[in-house]
Amino acid sequence: MTNAILPEVEKYIAAQILKQPSRTIAVDEPLISSGLIDSFSLMDLALFVEDTFGVRIEDTELNANTFDNLAQLAALIESRKA
Amino acid sequence: MTTFTERLSAIYSRTPEQVAITLQFSGRDDLRLTYKQLLRGAERYARTLEREGIQPGEVVVLILQHGEDLVYSFWGTILQGSIPSIMPFLTEKLSPERYKADLSALISITKPSVIITYTEFEGEVRAALQEGDSVRSVIVTDRIEPAAEVDFASLQGLRRNSEDIVLLQHSSGTTGLQKGVALSHQAVFNQLNSYGKSLSITDEDVVVSWLPLYHDMGLIAGFLMPVLSGIPLVIMSPFDWVRAPYRLFQSISKYRGTLTWLPNFAYNFCAQKIRDRHIEGVDLSSLRAIINCSEPVRWESHVAFYERFKDYGLKMEALQTSYAMAENVFGVTQSQLGSLPVVDEIDREAFMSERVAKSPLDGHPSMQMMSSGQPLENVRVKVIDEDGKELPDQLIGEIALQSDCMLTGYFNRPDLTEKAFREGWYLTGDYGYISNREVFVSGRKKDMIIVGGKNVYPQDLEVLTYEVPGVHAGRSVAFGLFDESQGTEDVVVIAEVDSENADEQQRIADAIRLHVTKNSAIALRYVKVVGPRWILKTSSGKTARSANKDKFLLELQESGGV
Repeated sequence: MTNAILPEVEKYIAAQILKQPSRTIAVDEPLISSGLIDSFSLMDLALFVEDTFGVRIEDTELNANTFDNLAQLAALIESRKA
Repeated sequence: MTTFTERLSAIYSRTPEQVAITLQFSGRDDLRLTYKQLLRGAERYARTLEREGIQPGEVVVLILQHGEDLVYSFWGTILQGSIPSIMPFLTEKLSPERYKADLSALISITKPSVIITYTEFEGEVRAALQEGDSVRSVIVTDRIEPAAEVDFASLQGLRRNSEDIVLLQHSSGTTGLQKGVALSHQAVFNQLNSYGKSLSITDEDVVVSWLPLYHDMGLIAGFLMPVLSGIPLVIMSPFDWVRAPYRLFQSISKYRGTLTWLPNFAYNFCAQKIRDRHIEGVDLSSLRAIINCSEPVRWESHVAFYERFKDYGLKMEALQTSYAMAENVFGVTQSQLGSLPVVDEIDREAFMSERVAKSPLDGHPSMQMMSSGQPLENVRVKVIDEDGKELPDQLIGEIALQSDCMLTGYFNRPDLTEKAFREGWYLTGDYGYISNREVFVSGRKKDMIIVGGKNVYPQDLEVLTYEVPGVHAGRSVAFGLFDESQGTEDVVVIAEVDSENADEQQRIADAIRLHVTKNSAIALRYVKVVGPRWILKTSSGKTARSANKDKFLLELQESGGV
């Protein structure tokens, strides 16, 4: 399942947040602590995740303590689907 | 002729039990402070400053987060007659080294005598101090004098003159921190009188704000005006708002808020990101005015906001606009409450090439310009050309103003103060036009970027990129790019490197993103790393920001990015 989540989230972050559609993001690449994703974009990401995967994630839950890379985010989404 | 302390003393004796400020927190009950509680808390700081031997007129820098300490120490500094300046607190986004450098930049020009901060942060503050600098004392919040009855007669703030400087206000970044706007008691009161009149403020009003107090909109509209006017203020932390913007709506509903201020991006932000489940039962019908201010105002943003929240009691005519700047204390113009801001449909081509706002010819592309309202009664506004000559209505030029609420000067910077005026008129650095007394702001002469209502100096960002290995000094450019969907500017950084290798360029781009974000707390939207001789320079060797922006846009269009 995680395999299906990863590419979609990666594509969204690359195209919509980083404005670099052709960019690849490693699963363990730091996203928040590295400055790639700021607090405004985090909220966009939360909305995208809710709409795309049908899970509920509060805006306040998305921060560097709950996830900082794609693998952790996918795991978070996965755990909500269960 | 009055001072802040006199005004507070009058309110204190008249209505001590009236709630002055309701502080809201995440995960903690609201804290309501009456004027009596507020001034008792503040008085402890006034006596602590006395204990430290601080004289009226000396500068006190406050490095505190949203909460009681910030509020008490600000008013305590006023009561003691010294001059407060609020410095943004260190956030997790900003590197401690950069914060230290910013603090040193502030100290070097502003020369504060005291810094007030938390015990836990004292070490960071002391690390920024240097032998022989102006700071004589670092006061921490848990070592202040015990509470006592407030005896106004003993407060030195009561002996200040209305023309004395009452506070300093800085914008962010190295450049902003070296340019403190100094305001007198009289200037602030003149502003509050005229601005309050334009809003028809009464004691039925309730201000609700999430804006930071180190910014003019938050400090004046969202803090000083309500407290000094005897109007209740409900205030939350900007950090809580960014994570949960719906809290503003819940607060307006709960406290029957009548006035709130938002930068333009917040209209889009709220319209796009607030979920229904967070505003169930919320009632916005108490809002008389929600005022769009501090970055270019967009009609489209108002429409999106209204459409999203009209089912929650929001009235379209509550959506208002203002043009404001710290140098004029705050408001320069205000739209007429009770009716919609004037929207002008103008010819796009004439606007771009002839610098005139006129009705579109049949079939020509047009654009909507929203007015920021008419000048306040104590402010005169004119539009001038490059030679300083006044332009007639509809012609676009630089906006200049005169008022009785202008800054005393940039603190300890007579050079900058002199440059800011031309024949007694303050030059705003903004472009715009006037039509039937309505002021339309259309762009900026100076290169400043305004992102999310925050002023960012591009040179500060460029200097940061030079610190990234692979980027040479003078070979990067930063500018803002308006983003229609966000309702604000995106920050673009372009850096030239020796390598033409795509992987190497990507590696440097990531390093720039990380370094600039950590050292400015500004998120970069586009980071483009290019090979040699991409960046355009002027004949004198300076980076031409607007020419590089045009080149960037062209490439973006060609690559299908727009």
